[in-house]
Amino acid sequence: MRIPSGCAIAAIMDRSGKRHDGTDILRSIALMHERSNGLGGGFAAYGIYPEYEDLYAFHIMYETPEARSAAEEYLGAYFLVEKQERIPTQEVTSIKNPPDIWRYFAAVHPMKLNMSGLDEAEYTMRHVFHVNSQIQGAFVASSGKNMGAFKGVGYPEDIGEFYRIQDYEAWAWTAHGRFPTNTPGWWGGAHPFTLLNWSVVHNGEISSYDANRRYVEQFGYRCELQTDTEVITYLFDLLARRHGLSQEMAAHIMTASSWDDIDRMPPDQAAFETALRTTYSSALVNGPFSIIVGSEEGLLALNDRLKLRALMTAEKDSIVYLASEQAAIEVVRPDAQNMRPIEGGVPFVVQLDEVAARKRACPAENQPYEAALTHETGVMPPRRQESVHA
Amino acid sequence: MLDQVLPKYKVLRDEDECVQCNICVKECANDVHGLRKERGTLRADHAKCVNCQRCVFMCPTHALAITRWPQVDAGSENWTLRYMQDIAKQAQTGGVLLSSMGNPELYPLYWDKLLLNASQVTNPSIDPLREPMETRVFLGSRPGMLKVNEREQRIVSPMPIQLKLDVPIMFSAMSFGSISLNTQRCLALAARELGTYFNTGEGGFHEDLEQFGENAIVQVASGRFGVSPHYLNAGAAVEIKIGQGAKPGIGGHLPGEKINAEVSGTRMIPEGTDAISPAPHHDIYSIEDLRQLIFSIKEATRYAKPILVKIAAVHNIAAIASGIARAGADIIVIDGFRGGTGAAPKRIRDNAGIPIELALASVDQRLREEGIRSTVSLVASGSIRSSADIVRAIALGADAVSIASAALIAIGCHQCGDCSSGKCNWGITTQRPELTCRLDPEEASRRVVNLIRGWNHEIQEMMGGMGINAIDSLRGNRLMLRGVGLNEKELEILGVKHAGE
Repeated sequence: MRIPSGCAIAAIMDRSGKRHDGTDILRSIALMHERSNGLGGGFAAYGIYPEYEDLYAFHIMYETPEARSAAEEYLGAYFLVEKQERIPTQEVTSIKNPPDIWRYFAAVHPMKLNMSGLDEAEYTMRHVFHVNSQIQGAFVASSGKNMGAFKGVGYPEDIGEFYRIQDYEAWAWTAHGRFPTNTPGWWGGAHPFTLLNWSVVHNGEISSYDANRRYVEQFGYRCELQTDTEVITYLFDLLARRHGLSQEMAAHIMTASSWDDIDRMPPDQAAFETALRTTYSSALVNGPFSIIVGSEEGLLALNDRLKLRALMTAEKDSIVYLASEQAAIEVVRPDAQNMRPIEGGVPFVVQLDEVAARKRACPAENQPYEAALTHETGVMPPRRQESVHA
Repeated sequence: MLDQVLPKYKVLRDEDECVQCNICVKECANDVHGLRKERGTLRADHAKCVNCQRCVFMCPTHALAITRWPQVDAGSENWTLRYMQDIAKQAQTGGVLLSSMGNPELYPLYWDKLLLNASQVTNPSIDPLREPMETRVFLGSRPGMLKVNEREQRIVSPMPIQLKLDVPIMFSAMSFGSISLNTQRCLALAARELGTYFNTGEGGFHEDLEQFGENAIVQVASGRFGVSPHYLNAGAAVEIKIGQGAKPGIGGHLPGEKINAEVSGTRMIPEGTDAISPAPHHDIYSIEDLRQLIFSIKEATRYAKPILVKIAAVHNIAAIASGIARAGADIIVIDGFRGGTGAAPKRIRDNAGIPIELALASVDQRLREEGIRSTVSLVASGSIRSSADIVRAIALGADAVSIASAALIAIGCHQCGDCSSGKCNWGITTQRPELTCRLDPEEASRRVVNLIRGWNHEIQEMMGGMGINAIDSLRGNRLMLRGVGLNEKELEILGVKHAGE
């Protein structure tokens, strides 16, 4: 089941890491009111929980008290919960029947992590999948560290007010206003879509959805949330986190160079691009989309190869703005400079200064954390050293 | 006793139109047409007619048409004329009934029950005349993950050799011997022009065609005809043929009549002897034996050629294909039960194997469940009739398809199913020089190229309608298909929803 939707997206990030409250992002997304229809809105914020930065911050929505006790029991079994509380909200007349929304700051259970044979991120991811798919009425809205997603059914400006996002300070904000073409009517279906530290806001429709879904499902991801945005999140997780490629490279794989361009490249570069396209051919994302991906590194904006969706960017000092419409940037920063559209198929990367410096010092080869599937790929084995007898 | 075999066809001649030019007499290698001495008019020996329609197309006045033999049976739905005629033939000869081309029986045709999607409003369709529409496909095995140096833009982990197809269509294996050298040359020319591959089949590689090596896949089958180290390295890839959709579980038999000097030299067997390919490979009695053969060939070709393994679609196909992937095959070719053949026992052709649609869907799904689908390529064959069938096959999970019957139809084949007689009037499945010269390889290849180009345009149109601009995004994209008139189980195996869902 998948529900196509059109949307508005926006993001604001301070590359220096300085934190700002949610006022600007709220005004920016509110300006694009016409691009949503009141059936979903939300925000992702990075750097909001510095006092718990080493702990997973689970934002969980509950439809029933039973769901909450089941999820808390489950979390208690696999994580050590440092602190739990209701997420503070305020009444907004247009927001109807909100779920009971909690947050938990938790560390993984060290013994159970050890026994699982997984690394921490993989372990957490699987438990998030379990809560979402197995516990009726519970939905993990976000599961990263020092970040959180605030989303629900309503216009984004009302959702922002409901969650009191002006009370949080973040170095990066992303926002989403949704225009689904039919009614999911549930809070989990709103965007941003998140997993671990990833958050994705997405305007468009993925015509390659089932090809991408069936590709990532080979590797333990489960696409069950009625939105094609989740498959993009899993592709980033697979390529960047698990295969160790840079986010920019992951985005490049998803909007690969055209064969026409590859045919015009020098042979070495063509071989490189061909290897990427053949190996990751099922990770190519097709259809009209613009996305903004948030992570602990910063933001990444990407348009489909044909540039079928609008996405503008501008900057002022160390702050970078992104939005579906130019006006949504100008409304908060009339003096923003270097206003320009994001090109089709060209990843636009905004990293924290500190992350960019660290990356420059890193080795240029990807360091996957898990070995590739062992399969005889038919490459000439290294020549054996024959011992020579006199 | 009386010979109780009736003619299958009746030749209708419009005496008013016939100008007695005798072209039909000269064109028919089956000696159907002849002069009626007493009246000086032409007549037909109906029993010899195979309905190849050569005379129909060659007749300058359109005086000829072929119809079914008008005899009715007794009206039983059970004892139909067809079955009674088969019994009559076998009662007379005691032999196995032979047949050619694909399974003609009335089994479900799943292609025709799968409808394609198109974009409306939420997702713009893409106009292939304005935007790039990519149909290039690479076939071969891949690592599950690439190791790269991003700064220097180079691959660190080695990449296995790949076959590059500019269109997602190859030509299936047809040996020199079963088809004429002109026919094979026509396919070789077309493959080179189109940027794809033809397949030598199990008949060796004729020296005149070695210039097309870059576009050739050479086949190793159970008879090992023509196989030598030179042969293995003469093409772009090597295919191990385990089975063929038209005749799962049995080998091949090229009758001695088709083994002339040229065929004999290329196959490395004496002239005039029957070329018999055993049912199994006698060095492959199990999956681990297949692995040994795959790696023997990889060693013999210095890992420079991808290895295809071709199997017939049979009941346990998913597990078999998974085993083949793990045995080291780079490309798995699945041939459905409607696939054609030069000669097969009729009962096997008409009763053994399963439809390619179901086989392909279950293999693709199984390889995904095992997490190895992206490391191996999958080719579907066995009666691909149009570009829409190709789009369906790719959406079900194929990387590319192979065609043979469609290519032969483009150059004159009328599916008469008499290939094994060696008397093909269109010069396709014959070695008689007076017949093979009827097929001009250059002219024929232009028709094949036209067909594939036309299909490729249609594929691009259909992809564009779906809002997809690269065939990579169609592969395994089953949401682009909806079933009509299929039951729950069929939908489940095909992995598609019903129309309206």
